[in-house]
Amino acid sequence: MPGIRVGLVVAAVVAVALVAGAFARTAEVVDSNSMAQGLAAWDQVYSVLTHPRCINCHTATNYPQQGDDRHRHIANVVRGPDGKGVPGLNCASCHQETNADSTGVPGGHNWHLAPLEMRWQDTNDRPLSSAAVCKQITDRSRNHNLNGPGLLKHHEEEPLVKWAWNPGIRPDGTARTLPPMTHEQFVAATKRWVETGTPCPSGK
Amino acid sequence: MATYQLNINGQRKEVNVDPSTPLLWVLREDLKMTGTKFGCGISACGACTVHVGGVATRSCIVPVSHVGDRPIVTIEGIGQDSVGRAVQDSWVETDVVQCGYCQSGQIMAAVALLKHTPKPTDQNIDESMGGNICRCATYPRIREAIKNAAAELTKGGA
Repeated sequence: MPGIRVGLVVAAVVAVALVAGAFARTAEVVDSNSMAQGLAAWDQVYSVLTHPRCINCHTATNYPQQGDDRHRHIANVVRGPDGKGVPGLNCASCHQETNADSTGVPGGHNWHLAPLEMRWQDTNDRPLSSAAVCKQITDRSRNHNLNGPGLLKHHEEEPLVKWAWNPGIRPDGTARTLPPMTHEQFVAATKRWVETGTPCPSGK
Repeated sequence: MATYQLNINGQRKEVNVDPSTPLLWVLREDLKMTGTKFGCGISACGACTVHVGGVATRSCIVPVSHVGDRPIVTIEGIGQDSVGRAVQDSWVETDVVQCGYCQSGQIMAAVALLKHTPKPTDQNIDESMGGNICRCATYPRIREAIKNAAAELTKGGA
């Protein structure tokens, strides 16, 4: 019964194709969901990176910024060759190993500006877009060669990152504002973003 | 209150003060070392500059509890150092000073610059000295004095 055999083979092929198609669609849905979750997690990460406690030291200029209004740092402070100021006016001229709450000067280990290749602003002090910051932070030629787990570890453990959630008090005695989520939430968002392959928004 | 053993200009000094007391207050009020000046009190003018662990430091905003065992050098002791001596001599020869209030801080910043950059360019001077304010506007003479000191130190091989 060759006709029946052919029919069975065709039916089997069709069935396999249907099942494969269903799996493919399922995989697409999963990928799509994963991408959406990753981008949502990135949005949370971006909201922290562009908070003044973080972005004030990721400038594209020759100087750091201060305050929630992100004004230019007082005293004509300049970046210097390695992001730590210049001989007569280092970051360490004022910023010690810990916050100095009695005088309102923030402090942390190895206080310094992020290098220019890690800038998250343009030269007019405007924050870069979500896509642009994401592109920078995932570019291993511009992020100290960190892969996804490396970025997660950086967000989780780097003292200057953690300082953003313990920024001390201002000279007027009021508390500096904090990023829009806790450090634990920030790390969890970074983890979700990394687990989904560090997706970046499209666009510039 | 807490007791701190400070190394100031090579000498051990003991003070018993509140940990939050700025180093400038300790120098001026407790140790009567009044060469270092109070200018703005917010690290914006540089009059209070001393060296802490070799770093030009704004003593008005650094609590004494943050100093640790790092050696402190003030204007009273900077002349013990060859670069410091050269800068002070150059300041006198160039007749930099007008009212003089900011000049101890200016000299401390200039010494920090020359220790790191023996032959500073104008840009080096602008950047390193840009945070030290002089109401008498002695800036041209400060620049000249730094260059003279650099030339003298280079000639002497220091």
